[in-house]
Amino acid sequence: MLQQAFNGLVGGAFYALLALGLSVIFGMLGVVNFAHGAFYMLGAFTSYVLLDSYGVNFWAALVVVPVALGVVGIVLERLFIRRLTPLDPLYNFLFTFGLTLILQDLVKREYGVQSQPYPRPSALSGTLDLGLFTYPAYQVFVLGVSVLVCLLVWFVLVRTRVGMVVRAATERPELTRALGIDVGRWVTPVFGFGIALAGLAGVLAAPMRAVNPLMGADLIIVVFAVVVIGGLGSLFGSVAAGFTIGLVSALGNYYVPALSQTLVFILMAAVLLWRPAGLFGREEAL
Amino acid sequence: MTTAPILTARGLAKEFRGFRAVDGVDLDVAEGKVHALVGPNGAGKTTLFNLLTGFLKPTTGRITVGGRDLTGKNPEQVARHGVARSFQITSLFPQMSARGHLELALASPTPLGWRFWRSDRLLARYRDRALELLDQVGLADHAEMPAGNLAYGRKRALELALALALDPKVLLLDEPTAGMGLEDVDRTVRLIQQVREGRTVVLVEHNMKVVSSLADQVTVLQHGQVLVEGPYAEIRHDPRVISAYLGDADVAH
Repeated sequence: MLQQAFNGLVGGAFYALLALGLSVIFGMLGVVNFAHGAFYMLGAFTSYVLLDSYGVNFWAALVVVPVALGVVGIVLERLFIRRLTPLDPLYNFLFTFGLTLILQDLVKREYGVQSQPYPRPSALSGTLDLGLFTYPAYQVFVLGVSVLVCLLVWFVLVRTRVGMVVRAATERPELTRALGIDVGRWVTPVFGFGIALAGLAGVLAAPMRAVNPLMGADLIIVVFAVVVIGGLGSLFGSVAAGFTIGLVSALGNYYVPALSQTLVFILMAAVLLWRPAGLFGREEAL
Repeated sequence: MTTAPILTARGLAKEFRGFRAVDGVDLDVAEGKVHALVGPNGAGKTTLFNLLTGFLKPTTGRITVGGRDLTGKNPEQVARHGVARSFQITSLFPQMSARGHLELALASPTPLGWRFWRSDRLLARYRDRALELLDQVGLADHAEMPAGNLAYGRKRALELALALALDPKVLLLDEPTAGMGLEDVDRTVRLIQQVREGRTVVLVEHNMKVVSSLADQVTVLQHGQVLVEGPYAEIRHDPRVISAYLGDADVAH
């Protein structure tokens, strides 16, 4: 039971990282990034290719892959998303969705749909004795990295001026601009950062999850539910909901296996009925 | 009439899918005056306002502030050239304190640059000025209250303080008394009278009593064009103005 809870938190660590990236992007750009899952998948696949073909190990991938994908995100924002933002939101919806299909199929063409193996880094291949039960060291590491990254993002948002600008621009873009603050300058880096978070989640997933072209598509649907439950635009809500949903679905899986796939969505429906703006979202009051 | 205009618009037009919301407006706002934009609903007041503040880009025409061409500039650039605005609909950060709002506004002209990692505690240096501004709009006792919890009239006062924090040459107020009870209206009028000292104020306003007690100059808009312009005492009896308003059932002033 405790072990199940721990499994849940580890699963939640992925939800949290992905939901956080989706939320900062949605908050700053007003864009729902449907390609987020594809970048998670690319994160895992790039790590696999780097290791398999170039011998680049996990630790290097953990740094290089998120940075590289962040740069890809920046280019995409500059070339496409920026031009589509002033138009109907549907255009970015179509763009990011189309991008997902393209990325998935490109990977499929090269590597097929079967899962690729990715070994755990040797330093983390053992188990840790957590007192009540022993647990794979790698999973503990994943949880630690995720918590650390979430705390770091929180610190940047709350304690620095760029964080203040991002928070202000997320909540009230018009007022922020009227105060003479250049919101536009931060849009591109924030998008890149959100993509880098997805890439990081992908690298972390490679040694413990099946690396295949559809791994992102399977996960991202749940992540969208997580973002909705946490409250659209609420960064704290995304992270809190990420870990909570991970926990709830792992326990649900254990007690009522029949509901394992649907539990998250039942939860989402319940939260929406009770609080339409999500757990930590703010209902707009005049 | 002899002072040079600080804000001018020439042939300003904005077209939305074939509909000309603002249609060739010339405007001269004299320095140090209060200039009201009035007109029936749909006359193009708010569109004009958004053009002047950079929130909309004109289809044609030019805008200058203090002799500098600001046509097509972004809202943040317009703000940095000394044009501050308020919003018709309250648009504060619900969870941020009144003081926090002002510190953010006071810090905005200092270039954020790439020193972005520096702590927001730097904002504390703006605290005295922030409290001074709050005092000026009568919010000294509400400095630490989250803006979302302020009463409506106080929210509007905070918005005015925010615009003042930018120390603007030109202050644009979008319906500063919209939705207010009589008491708040009077207080807001007094407040504007007080802050106009040494500033130019442009306001969009529906309430003719407010216009009459504040405005030195009034521009009446209709169908996106300037119908009449002059001091309030002159335009109020103008038959064209009366018929423009009578044609609009909403306005019974």
